[in-house]
Amino acid sequence: MLDTLITALATLLTAQHLLFMGVGVVIGLAVGILPGLGGIAGLSLLLPFLYGMDAVSALAMLIGLIAVINTSDTFTSVLMGIPGSSASQATVLDGFPLAQQGQAARALGAAFSASLIGGLFGALLLTGAVLVARPIILAFSSAEMFMLAVFGMSMVGVLAGASLAKGFAACGVGLILGSIGAAPATGEERMYLGTDYLRDGLPLVVVALGLFAFPEIVDLLRLNRPIAKANKLGAGWLQGFRDTVRHWFIVLRCSGLGALVGAIPGLGGSVVDWIAYGHVVQTSRDKSKYGTGDIRGVVAPEAANNACQGGALMPTLLFGVPGSGSMAILLAGLVLLGIEPGPSMVDKNLSLTYTVVWSLAIANVVGAGICLALAGPIARLTLIPFTLIAPFMMVVITFAAFQARRDLSDLVLLLGIGLVGILLRRFGWPRPAVLIGFVLAPQAETYFYQAMQFYSWGFLTRPGVLIIAAITAVSVFLGSRSRIGEEGVVRSGAATAAAPHPGAGQRRPQILFSAGLLALFAYAVADGLKHSFLAAVFPVGVGAASLLAGGYVLWSVVGRQVDHPANQDQEVTGSHVGDPTVASPWTSFAWFGALFALAALVGYILAVAVFFVVFVRKRAARRWPMTIAYTIAMLVAVLTLGHALSLDFPRGLLQETVDLPWPIN
Amino acid sequence: MKTLIHPKRRVLVQAALASALAAAMPLAVQAADFRGKTIDFVIPFPVAGGSDVWARFYVPYMTKYLPGNPTVVVKNVPGGGSTRGANEFAARAKPDGLTILGTSGSTQFPYLLGDTRVKYEYKDWTPVLASPTGGVVFVNAELGAKSAADIAVLRKARLIYGSEGATSLSLVPMLAFRQLDLPVQYVFGMKARGGARLAFERGESNIDYQTSAAYLASVVPMVKAGKAVPLFSWGVLDDKGKLARDPTFPDLPHVGEVVAAAGGRQSGLEWDTLVAFITAGFAAQKFVVLPKGTPKNIVDAYTNAFNKMQSDPEFIASKDKALGEYPQATGKAAQTIYRVATEVSPASRYWVREHLSQNYSVKFE
Repeated sequence: MLDTLITALATLLTAQHLLFMGVGVVIGLAVGILPGLGGIAGLSLLLPFLYGMDAVSALAMLIGLIAVINTSDTFTSVLMGIPGSSASQATVLDGFPLAQQGQAARALGAAFSASLIGGLFGALLLTGAVLVARPIILAFSSAEMFMLAVFGMSMVGVLAGASLAKGFAACGVGLILGSIGAAPATGEERMYLGTDYLRDGLPLVVVALGLFAFPEIVDLLRLNRPIAKANKLGAGWLQGFRDTVRHWFIVLRCSGLGALVGAIPGLGGSVVDWIAYGHVVQTSRDKSKYGTGDIRGVVAPEAANNACQGGALMPTLLFGVPGSGSMAILLAGLVLLGIEPGPSMVDKNLSLTYTVVWSLAIANVVGAGICLALAGPIARLTLIPFTLIAPFMMVVITFAAFQARRDLSDLVLLLGIGLVGILLRRFGWPRPAVLIGFVLAPQAETYFYQAMQFYSWGFLTRPGVLIIAAITAVSVFLGSRSRIGEEGVVRSGAATAAAPHPGAGQRRPQILFSAGLLALFAYAVADGLKHSFLAAVFPVGVGAASLLAGGYVLWSVVGRQVDHPANQDQEVTGSHVGDPTVASPWTSFAWFGALFALAALVGYILAVAVFFVVFVRKRAARRWPMTIAYTIAMLVAVLTLGHALSLDFPRGLLQETVDLPWPIN
Repeated sequence: MKTLIHPKRRVLVQAALASALAAAMPLAVQAADFRGKTIDFVIPFPVAGGSDVWARFYVPYMTKYLPGNPTVVVKNVPGGGSTRGANEFAARAKPDGLTILGTSGSTQFPYLLGDTRVKYEYKDWTPVLASPTGGVVFVNAELGAKSAADIAVLRKARLIYGSEGATSLSLVPMLAFRQLDLPVQYVFGMKARGGARLAFERGESNIDYQTSAAYLASVVPMVKAGKAVPLFSWGVLDDKGKLARDPTFPDLPHVGEVVAAAGGRQSGLEWDTLVAFITAGFAAQKFVVLPKGTPKNIVDAYTNAFNKMQSDPEFIASKDKALGEYPQATGKAAQTIYRVATEVSPASRYWVREHLSQNYSVKFE
């Protein structure tokens, strides 16, 4: 084993192999920074070039890409508050406040070093564990997988914010959105409103972008100024490193957690950051600064999301069962290279497995190094007024959303979920709870049904289930003692009363929104009752429970004293209220809406061109030369990327009526 | 005096011949040329996954052998269990050879079952390549069966099969187990064949099938370790469209042999339905098709290209690993197999729809 390990390293360390790894790393860093684009888009770019490559070069390139995405995604999360990928949403919670306080350098330093250690931890684990991981992975049957989904949902308790009932109801929203489409047990299609699009369920990318990136962009755009108030990156790279070293135990625990979540196929790496974040909040003694700039809130998710990749490679290589979207593409890449993953990866193909291990380790080091070197220039972006960054970001996330199904409906859905995201944020409904519910809904439903079929109720007494249940109980107990929301840690008693609340006459928007969510729950129940028992039991059960939680919230807002914790409205009590330079959120939203409407009329490419010119000229008030240059640069970038991904851009009414030449067809 | 052809008719025949010749002339001269063109190879499935890998394997050879060496790009249009991409192709593709479609069992099944989402018609298209694959059914060794001869042993066991869904490719084992009178409990919601294999390895299910490549990589080690026992293969179609043994697994009987040995008949409505779905799902799983009304010179160009690449040494060397040891059918052979895979009698369709909706809550409205 040891000589295989060393031989694999020696093979990898040739100029050619390292060059290909470098290509992978550079693309990985780039797609990591762009919100919504991640492993799936990056690997799809490389797939056409794999055929005919030698296996070591190709593996170095693919793994190099996967390894660094969760390192560079931190830039966007920390500097702009827009998650660079779905695995670094939790980083925003403390990373962005740190950046606003002029401590961006420290936050990035801590994030990159934690990412590095997490990545190396994953590689190390893969080295040894790959030889013994088969029985461990096989020990997680459908029953244990169901309990793991429940454990994931227990994190809602700590992430719920001021009102626990809101947390439950928000999780219910996610669970219901996640159960749209085919029922796992019977294939019956639920809540699809007669559209083909919804029959396939909602794509995760669009939901995550709509919930997190979209409201953030709308919000930043209102402010009319550069992101960094402090106007400097600050010194403190070393401080960041020291933070990581000081919190070595958190880094280690979250790396382990991340690798485990990654290694269990189907649990979903897209909530690994929230699980790590929930974990670190639960286990900290002093929680007062979480949500307002606690460095531990940056270190924990960043260590976990990099370690996750090492874990995720285990089922992919050992069983040929991918744990995530990007692993599925890696798997296809392996097959194209003539490698059929399976038991042979620890036997006659062990040297290839170790090539993967070394690539993962080296790419993590190189990636963290490049990120550090680039941090200065990239951070300067936060000094530019956001009105110039906004159109770029809007085009990037619409492009990323369109990657999901390559359908105009992707954009319609993004607008819809984005609207819900804005309102959730405004009224203090925890968005992480929605996402956790959404990601875990299919897992929970499928594995519960399968466990019942395989073991009947006896599955509850399996040792693995009991152990995870005990961990979940501890997690719920810890969560019940302290909660955290968008505005930081929830204080109990007197502090709550002192916090501002909307007055008695200002509650109508909230009431309408809560009522809207109740209608969604009622719809889930009504739709569910039309189906057979196996297809109905999950949405009906979740819908009914959410009706109770949501009803309680509504009653709290309508019928009780104004200082009830459920009563929140950012547009009444937020710090920006009364500031004349802050625009209405609806004008920002309307810009998005205009882009989508244009795309539906004249197709995506023409819409982007028109939108860019108008936005930069009117909203950002730039001169014509600048406007034209910026627009052309953006169009070239979008077309190049689209061409490389062999993507047909959304067509509008115009394209349906007349034949047009490339690129506006 | 007797003439074989009436004078008036003779004129007509001459005219017909002349016009036929005139029509044929430009075709003979105008060979298709794709120089400097880009061909969109539409794959109605997401990036990664079987069909995508299959298409990407073929892309470099298509560039090499199509006249004018065009660029070929794989265009993934997933959704609706592959019906969306196929519908778009049917509605939009022009018959100029610059847009082609790669179908799979999951495109054939909804068409055969009469799914309402299907807006494409296989009869409109011209197949230029058919790629078969195979599959092997195996059971947990603890059940006590040593081979397919022990069907009687299995009939007394509690068999559990992990399925992706009643209308997925797992419809084939479902119909086969019914023919063999095997009492199987189906647990749905498996994530692809890999997920089902994992359930088998964990001992949750005890009867399963895997397609050839996955079987060789992941199940053969289990067979060697004495944990799994192979029963039979799905077989392949011979020249006459009859089921024959799979060349990759010559020692394993095909499903028809097992049905016959167990006292069943290789005829009747249910058997015909099974063969239709075996063909559409495995024996002729993947097709490359050209749009409705594609002129003959373009069809010929594709047929020639797919023919020629079969003797390319590099293709031969890497084909078995990527596509399995199956002959890739082109030309007439592809058309024969295409017909078998895309036609099912109304009686068969009615029976299988009733079977699915009554026993597995599948809705067809």
